[in-house]
Amino acid sequence: MAQPAGPIMQFVHRRRRGAELFLLVLALAVGVGAYAAVGLGVKGEVPADIVSYGGWLAALIIAAHITVRMVAPYADPVLLPIVAALNGLGLAEIHRLDLALDHHFARQQLTWMTLGVALFVATLLILRDHRTLQRFTYTSGLAAIVLLLLPMAPGLGKTVNGARIWIHAGSLSFQPGEVAKVLLVVTFAGYLVLHRDALALAGRRVAMIDLPRGRDLGPILAMWVVSLGILVFQHDLGSSLLFFGLFLIMLYVATERAGWLLVGASLFVAGSYAVYLLIPHVRERFVLWSDVWAHYGAGTDDKGRQTVETMFGMAYGGLIGRGLGQGSPWRIPFAESDFIFGAIGEELGLTGAIAVILLYGLIVERAFRAALISRDDIGKLLATGLGGAVALQVFVVVGGVTHLIPLTGLTTPFLSYGGSSLVANWVIVAILLRISDSARRPPPDLSLPGTSDMDETQVVKM
Amino acid sequence: MSELTLFLIKISYLAILWIFVLSAISVVRSDMFGARMPATAREAATPKARRQPKQKTRKGSPTHVLVVDGANAGERAELSEAPILIGRGADAAIRLDDDYVSTRHARIAASGDQWFVEDLGSTNGTYIGSARLTQPTTLALGTQVRIGKTLLELRK
Repeated sequence: MAQPAGPIMQFVHRRRRGAELFLLVLALAVGVGAYAAVGLGVKGEVPADIVSYGGWLAALIIAAHITVRMVAPYADPVLLPIVAALNGLGLAEIHRLDLALDHHFARQQLTWMTLGVALFVATLLILRDHRTLQRFTYTSGLAAIVLLLLPMAPGLGKTVNGARIWIHAGSLSFQPGEVAKVLLVVTFAGYLVLHRDALALAGRRVAMIDLPRGRDLGPILAMWVVSLGILVFQHDLGSSLLFFGLFLIMLYVATERAGWLLVGASLFVAGSYAVYLLIPHVRERFVLWSDVWAHYGAGTDDKGRQTVETMFGMAYGGLIGRGLGQGSPWRIPFAESDFIFGAIGEELGLTGAIAVILLYGLIVERAFRAALISRDDIGKLLATGLGGAVALQVFVVVGGVTHLIPLTGLTTPFLSYGGSSLVANWVIVAILLRISDSARRPPPDLSLPGTSDMDETQVVKM
Repeated sequence: MSELTLFLIKISYLAILWIFVLSAISVVRSDMFGARMPATAREAATPKARRQPKQKTRKGSPTHVLVVDGANAGERAELSEAPILIGRGADAAIRLDDDYVSTRHARIAASGDQWFVEDLGSTNGTYIGSARLTQPTTLALGTQVRIGKTLLELRK
């Protein structure tokens, strides 16, 4: 092997902005194509506003692309197109349900998407270096806790479908847990960067697994209490699982010790069982899951209608689906928010559902990839946490919709109707792009001054 | 609208969706191999460096960090115990009795098969040559890292 005489044989990433533009055009075709197909399927004609709708989507996507070109030229080329495609597909499916049920969620969702893209651009412009987030470790932790507590405040919070996770101010409603998710990732990452040595090195070895030291259990116990608190007081299974799972993933990645997973998993099982015994809402979800057919149809409490109708729909959809606009997804209650994956499964079939899951898989893969090549700890942990958040959320939602695990109320990232979730997820993508930009940027060349100026930079000896 | 048209629309939309997924995967695939040419381009841009006798391109992988100059010259830490903490504190793997060194000054750690040095927010900074480190930086065999009045390097 002829080893070059230069510094080190570097693996240098290309910018790939052209590839991103190409994928964005395809993503636009996915979004606008779905909108056209919905119109053709429901009314037999291409919607009249297709040009203005497509133009608006294209403008948003181009604005995002130009920002990335300007302020994050080395960022990952795949993330933005995938997110744009998922968002477009979600909009079309929400529009499809609007046509069937005569409401106007799609228009509101487009407004939220505009706000999401605006925040995406703002995040990229303001956050020029993701390492500055480390300064806000405790600030963002405090903000997250306040946001999580807000729905409990009388007058502000409101119980919707058994879960108290909404705040209302006038006609506006907001789910603060979605924003708290991003803030918590920042907190965990900042905390673990500082404390991972203590968490990783001390401990005893019992039966091949390194168990952590007793006094290091503090943070994990605190997080466990917070998760259980969300479960007990807000009846929100999904967020509780998401936050605790997120913490465990990041703790494991930071310390490389399987012992934490063991401790965390046993804590989670014990906590879940206690809550199952104590909280009727949680028990009901579990009972529904274990025998959903006893809760469907006339003569029963009909609480399993959502799940059963989803399964009917997906079975009718089969391999290639019933076609956009040709199924009957309005039969599923809340199809536009929690159950949008069921509606897509019915109208696009297994083929479409697998494509959507693959796209989520790619988002997570790109996040972990950015974590792997990132050169600083905070970037690694942030990217892992954000990727893990998307992965956990998709698993919990799609698992719940397809009846694999008990049903929990979380939104499907980028697809579901819901402003808070959409906006928070666009910010997550902006942070991921920022991390991948700094990770893929060629490292500053220190070898040149290091060799040619060696004489001037010696330590001065007295 | 006829059944056949609707069927064709359905199939073509699924085709668009999958074309998008497969293109995204192919971009990911081509991205994995990156571009290697900047390595040679950089070499061409530094003809001066090539003429000098080179310490830093010795082959093989480093096994330990050695303090080559300063109050603690001769002290060493094995890379097998990475990450290696350098500083004045009691928990540092390499303890330096140097007033210009912070308690937890810098860290040497591996990422893949490369070694990185990272400044941990020290007061006086960590230097390679005349450049103060602002982000984790690759270390080759023989690259001299300056911390306070101390010089360290990776050795075989």
